Amino acid sequence: MTHRLPEGGRIDRSAPLRFTYDGAEYEGFRGDTLASGLLANGVLAVGRSLYRDRPRGIVSAGVDEPHALVQVEGSCSEPMLLATTVELYDGLTARSLQGRGRLDEASDEAVHDKMYRHADVVVVGAGPAGLAAALAAGRSGARVVLVDDQPELGGALLVGHEEIDGRPALEWVASVRAELAGQPETLVLTRSTAIGYYDHNYLLVAERRTDHLGPRPVPGISRQRLWHLRARQVVLATGAQQRPLVFAGNDRPGVLSAAAVRTYVNRYAVLPGRRAVLFTTDDQAYATALDLVGAGAQVAALVDTRSQPPAALVEACRDAGIEVVPGSAVVATVGEDRITGVRISALTDDDQLTGAVREVACDLLAVSGGWSPAVHLWSQSRGTVRYDDELAAFVPDRAAQEVQAVGAGRGTYDLAGCLREGFAAGAEAASRAGFAAEAPAEVVGVPSCVGDGTPTRPRPVWLVPGEHGGPGDWHDHFVDSQRDATVADVERAVRAGMRSVEHIKRYTTIGTAHDQGKSCGVAAIGVIARLLGASSPGEVGTTTFRGPYIPVSFALLAGRERGPLFDPVRTTPIHPWHVRHGAVFENVGQWKRPRHYPRPGEAGHSGEDMDAAVRRECRAAREGVAMMDASTLGKIDVIGPDAGLLLDRLYTNGFAKLPVGSARYGVMCRPDGMVFDDGVTVRLAADHYYLTTTTGNAAPVLDWLEEWLQTEWPDLRVRCTSVTEQWATVAVVGPRSREVVAALAPELDVSNDAFPFMTVRHTTLADGVEARICRISFSGELAYEINVAGWYGLAVWEAVLAYGAHAGITPYGTETMHVLRAEKGYPIVGQDTDGTVTPPDLGMEWIVARHKHFVGKRSFRRADTARSDRRQLVGLLAVDRQELLPEGSQLVEVDADLTVVPVESLGHVTSSYRSAALGRTFALALVRGGRERIGETVLAPLPDGRTLAATITDPVLYDPKGARRDG
Amino acid sequence: MLLIACPWCGERDETEFHYGGQAHVAYPADPEALTDAEWAAYVFVRDNPKGPFAERWCHAAGCRRWFNVIRHTVTHDILAVYQAGQPRPVEFGLNGGAA
Repeated sequence: MTHRLPEGGRIDRSAPLRFTYDGAEYEGFRGDTLASGLLANGVLAVGRSLYRDRPRGIVSAGVDEPHALVQVEGSCSEPMLLATTVELYDGLTARSLQGRGRLDEASDEAVHDKMYRHADVVVVGAGPAGLAAALAAGRSGARVVLVDDQPELGGALLVGHEEIDGRPALEWVASVRAELAGQPETLVLTRSTAIGYYDHNYLLVAERRTDHLGPRPVPGISRQRLWHLRARQVVLATGAQQRPLVFAGNDRPGVLSAAAVRTYVNRYAVLPGRRAVLFTTDDQAYATALDLVGAGAQVAALVDTRSQPPAALVEACRDAGIEVVPGSAVVATVGEDRITGVRISALTDDDQLTGAVREVACDLLAVSGGWSPAVHLWSQSRGTVRYDDELAAFVPDRAAQEVQAVGAGRGTYDLAGCLREGFAAGAEAASRAGFAAEAPAEVVGVPSCVGDGTPTRPRPVWLVPGEHGGPGDWHDHFVDSQRDATVADVERAVRAGMRSVEHIKRYTTIGTAHDQGKSCGVAAIGVIARLLGASSPGEVGTTTFRGPYIPVSFALLAGRERGPLFDPVRTTPIHPWHVRHGAVFENVGQWKRPRHYPRPGEAGHSGEDMDAAVRRECRAAREGVAMMDASTLGKIDVIGPDAGLLLDRLYTNGFAKLPVGSARYGVMCRPDGMVFDDGVTVRLAADHYYLTTTTGNAAPVLDWLEEWLQTEWPDLRVRCTSVTEQWATVAVVGPRSREVVAALAPELDVSNDAFPFMTVRHTTLADGVEARICRISFSGELAYEINVAGWYGLAVWEAVLAYGAHAGITPYGTETMHVLRAEKGYPIVGQDTDGTVTPPDLGMEWIVARHKHFVGKRSFRRADTARSDRRQLVGLLAVDRQELLPEGSQLVEVDADLTVVPVESLGHVTSSYRSAALGRTFALALVRGGRERIGETVLAPLPDGRTLAATITDPVLYDPKGARRDG
Repeated sequence: MLLIACPWCGERDETEFHYGGQAHVAYPADPEALTDAEWAAYVFVRDNPKGPFAERWCHAAGCRRWFNVIRHTVTHDILAVYQAGQPRPVEFGLNGGAA
């Protein structure tokens, strides 16, 4: 650890840590980041640049690091982390990345949690201003959350030599921490980054709980937590970030932020270089220079763009043996993989080079391009920013929410000012939240301090000219080094006519890499302003700040909502039987439904495939008896004196006059006349209808009924209740279904006269279960739907199976259900319709009542809805009887020229199956003017280049007279 | 994430609610008496103001009641919340109407 200072820093020298970087082993200490550990070992270069393969080095000491991207190994390796924010632990293994990481294919087994909290005051940032704000707010009794991304509180106080209340500043920080810990309503979150600030004072905070402990999940502790904070008041004390400067070779390893250099020296006891040059536009670099000398480094020169730097600072430097070069700039770096020197030139008042250029040898160039307040969260909350000429920075202007910005985050850099603003804002926030312990106008408790004074005015130089050529030639003046974007690239954008910073950003990709412009954003705006000839960056403005403030993992955002907890899985009471009997399931909405029941293979043979299973299941339904679990159908009890009236207004056909004990198929439309849902409704009593919906539409239909009842017809006396899960439904289907139901329900007269089609009967089954049996059919066969309390669903299913065993009763799944219904031309809403289909388009003019009003009816008279050439549901038979038309296939005219695109589409295939009953394939399709074209041939061009011919038919292909449903 | 005060349940996160579009668009008393243009205006045309907007929300994951909100479409400030069927507060527009 040759670059480690013998003493000082906030590292624990009693806890040495071993770590591996790019295959080499190193040693650091607890309290190090990966970056400080690397610098302590003399490792400066990290990963090469993405496009130009240039050597790159560590620049910063925090979240604004542009280069030091690493992949950290672990049970699930993490890509795109910053070496400057990864805390060192024993055994840490990391690899450098060239601009992009790789997602580990292993599943992340660590637990990630979500937390929700309401707060009176949320303070972001625990530097002097944030600590003061939290203290003032907390003392009022308000519920406070203080958020900071570092492992310990203090912010910039962790780096400097300040004194507060006559003591070293960090002693004051410790006393604040203790006081906050004693406040019962205050929560302090360290290692936590506020990543988003949304409407109505809603903040997201990413808390890292175990990342610093090791590569594996820690049992019992979630790895990270995503806090959802709803705040009455917010105080942003987010600090400021130091800008880079734009000059030739500014990306060379060894060029660091001057503030970062000071952080490495003072906080981590690391000397990033032994012979430094500083290049500054403001006062900050002087503190770095003096601390470097104090740490034993040599400072070869301090180059200040200002022709008259503050005398006191110059004097302090002279005393330390540092040469101050005023009114000048570093115009280029010298060296290969690491800086070996800089070239320095005097500047004219309008930022042009003048006089001779001299070269100074160094191994470190510490750059201070001025401070940019971290206005990211402020801007995300829709607060505006303005450019302050005095500070040469964008600062918060008008707040859009209940928020105040304080400290360096609003351009206040002196310690006393930060403390004063923090106390005032904290008290004000607590007062606005209703906790005025002290009059906010009179700020109390602000301690005295010795530290940074108000800095003198900076002289920003947004673009240091190259020694040769013009901006179009400056390919080594890096503006966004992450994207390898240079002044020449910006110049090209400007010459292409772009003026808006948003356009130039997209053209050059500046600010679009992993740090989203944290390091280079304002410097880029400065360059753009120069090249556009604007008077200041304020004329150009900023790009939009968007969350998240730092990259976060998808695992954190997902939390526990993964795998089985991602979305509820709904199963019917009969589900265990389906599982035991080898059903192949499909997802229908959130439901698991058996798709088919393949027979297991005999010894040495594979089991049935889906086609064979469906053929067998269909044959049973058409020729014998079959059964299906129909419990997933949506079921709604519609109860009340006006229930019939409500259904009359929402269904296209009438229900008010439906006799008790009868069932009717109905279709609902939206006001635009398009089919919304269909299903059978049964009238159980004068004031009680039992309405069924398609499986996927149960909730939307209930919502639809509620919406009309609550918002249009609150006078109707009706209550709607979902009973989907209260009832289990077993469909018994086929010519022999009557004998099975007769055995199952011995008290019921199942003769066609006593129990005709579209009626419902109540009975007690042989085993004592109360049942509601409907004689309805979705297959065209004689069929019954047996509804029992969900509790008895499995028992009744097994009873049906037993009573039907002698007839070879066969369970079938949704695929067979689809074949059976499609053979009859019954459409499925959402498969054969798509929100542009009317009941007449489906050939259902008969269901549209003429003499009553219903929602959507008026739309049938609209010119477009009344067109005769609308797409209509038809049957489609491939000319080759075994060829299956793929669902979704487009249909075109027989003589269409497929080489001239776009080819006009006549419609598309909506359902397509193989039919055992028809001995061939068949399909349903929506075809323009389809009913007029029955008997004509159309073409289905396939993606594989083949073109299938098919004949348009009536959609009802099986038992068109409907003779079979009565058995 | 908006914080919406359901008139029945109090303040809840936006994720508990369904959005229902513009409020006070009453279903026409006699749709058959309307011209195509009038009916199309009811079915398809809604206001899109920059500023206060009366809109419907449903507390779908709560009490399931529909109600009305005046929301500023630029700031997202919720300026008023009132029950379905109540007229729009006069300070946000002249049109009453039960919807």
